[in-house]
Amino acid sequence: MQSALIKRLGLTLLAWTLTLVICFPIVWMVLTGFKTETQAIASPTLFFTPTLESYAAVQGRADYVKFALNSVYISLGATFLALAIAIPSAYAMAFLPTKRTKGTLLWMLSTKMLPPVGVLVPIYLIFRDLGLLDTRTGLIVIYTLMNLPIIIWMLYTFFKDVPKDILEAGRMDGASTLHEVCYLLIPLTLPGIASTGLLSVILSWNEAFWSLNLTSSQAAPLTAYIASFSSPEGLFWAKLSAASTMAVAPILIFGWLTQKQMVRGLTFGAVK
Amino acid sequence: MRTRASGRTVGGLRSLSLQAPAVTLLLIWMAVPLGMTVWFSLQRYNLMMPGMEQFAGLENYHYLLTDPALWRAMANTLILVASVLAISVVGGTLLAVLYQQEFFGRGIARVLAISPFFIMPTVSALIWQNMMMHPVNGVLAWLLGLFGLPAIDWFSSYPLLSIIIIVAWQWLPFALLILLTAIQSLDDDQVEAARMDGAGPLAIFWHITLPHLKRAIGVVVMIQMIFLLTVFAEIFVTTSGGPGLATTNLAYLIYLRALLEFDVGGASAGGVIAIVLANIVAIFLVRMVAKNLAS
Repeated sequence: MQSALIKRLGLTLLAWTLTLVICFPIVWMVLTGFKTETQAIASPTLFFTPTLESYAAVQGRADYVKFALNSVYISLGATFLALAIAIPSAYAMAFLPTKRTKGTLLWMLSTKMLPPVGVLVPIYLIFRDLGLLDTRTGLIVIYTLMNLPIIIWMLYTFFKDVPKDILEAGRMDGASTLHEVCYLLIPLTLPGIASTGLLSVILSWNEAFWSLNLTSSQAAPLTAYIASFSSPEGLFWAKLSAASTMAVAPILIFGWLTQKQMVRGLTFGAVK
Repeated sequence: MRTRASGRTVGGLRSLSLQAPAVTLLLIWMAVPLGMTVWFSLQRYNLMMPGMEQFAGLENYHYLLTDPALWRAMANTLILVASVLAISVVGGTLLAVLYQQEFFGRGIARVLAISPFFIMPTVSALIWQNMMMHPVNGVLAWLLGLFGLPAIDWFSSYPLLSIIIIVAWQWLPFALLILLTAIQSLDDDQVEAARMDGAGPLAIFWHITLPHLKRAIGVVVMIQMIFLLTVFAEIFVTTSGGPGLATTNLAYLIYLRALLEFDVGGASAGGVIAIVLANIVAIFLVRMVAKNLAS
């Protein structure tokens, strides 16, 4: 008993030390946001009187809410659109495989390896001609296409683990493909679909390349908001920290809240 | 027999029609910009010299392939990908084993350790550059000072290592997340049985845990490789590819050509080369993933 407790205490110490090391930069960012500029560059300390002055200064420079709403619209829009396109495709790959299925899947993944910068010029020109520059629709389209391969691949692995007999039984009872998908497959793999969606939201929220190059003011999400503070004249640590904290807070909290769900989805394939 | 045969054809057609939207969209997404990129890469096309566009043949490629910058960028890309993969897979596996043990506050510790994955690359680069690695006021400089050691100017002394640290800090938690979920499905009875037979913790890790995680490690390598090949924001925010070419990867080199030198032709040729490189890597991945798909 005694030695078990000691082992547990030792593990607790080790694990928490590592945990704090790993998330230290985030903790430090949040703390610095509540300091004054002088305190921010002073020798590191955990004890100071918190102030909201950096937050006020940051809000005075750019309207946080507008950027945040753009981020929400764009990442949710892209995720739902991508799921709607990916579910039928992953269904076909998992349950109606042909000789070409594996090849198609790998080809889709290989499109992800295309460096975005390699096709920036053509995309920019196309967007300009279609009037999609600096629109939320434009970014939703880009992010949908960007995440589609990974979404299809993840869904495929989840669908593949569904026992064929269940769908077979449904088909025997006369269920159409649509019914099969809506009433059998989706409920059965909901944890997997949810974790796929969550990953897509996170990736879209944090994407910086396209959002910086294709938006200017109207549709600019939080990545652009942060970029506006990284210019030399705005480089004050406390304000930078306050702005960064605001930019990552929603997705961080979202991630924390849904982490269980995400994990449940990701284990789905392994737990039989 | 008959129904089976006909079922297969119907299945093939149905399969095709269900995949059509995704395949068509990705084809367009890939083919149109790719076609345009290939086309531009054969042109002498600089935005600073309008009206001077003309067919250049393989001139851009020749220029690029004989440019030492390209090889440097390719080497940097591969070093970055390989180091971050090594750190996150090894570190992620060890951490997953640790976080699987029973200890106080395990749930909260797990959530906190995964947090860096949720942070925007731009933000994490800014935090690391300004508050962690700053040679004068950074936390690391202060820590070294406590031990009487001189501060390190990370970005000028070890530029590529600095980028690797930042990128690994973001992706290690992702590996941890996937591996931790996989490790939870490890059969306790099997581990218990091995322990009864006198297997030490190391033997259990090597012969039971690691083989169990094989598939999950494959997933981690696959997904991370895709993102690591195109790392951009971290470099853009911190070093801008420098000093010199020390931290210029392929994605950043193309960006430099396209947006700073306005050389659309050269940038497009770089894009084509990057795509070829990505596909070479993809061939290796295909083998690995094909194995995974088969199992």
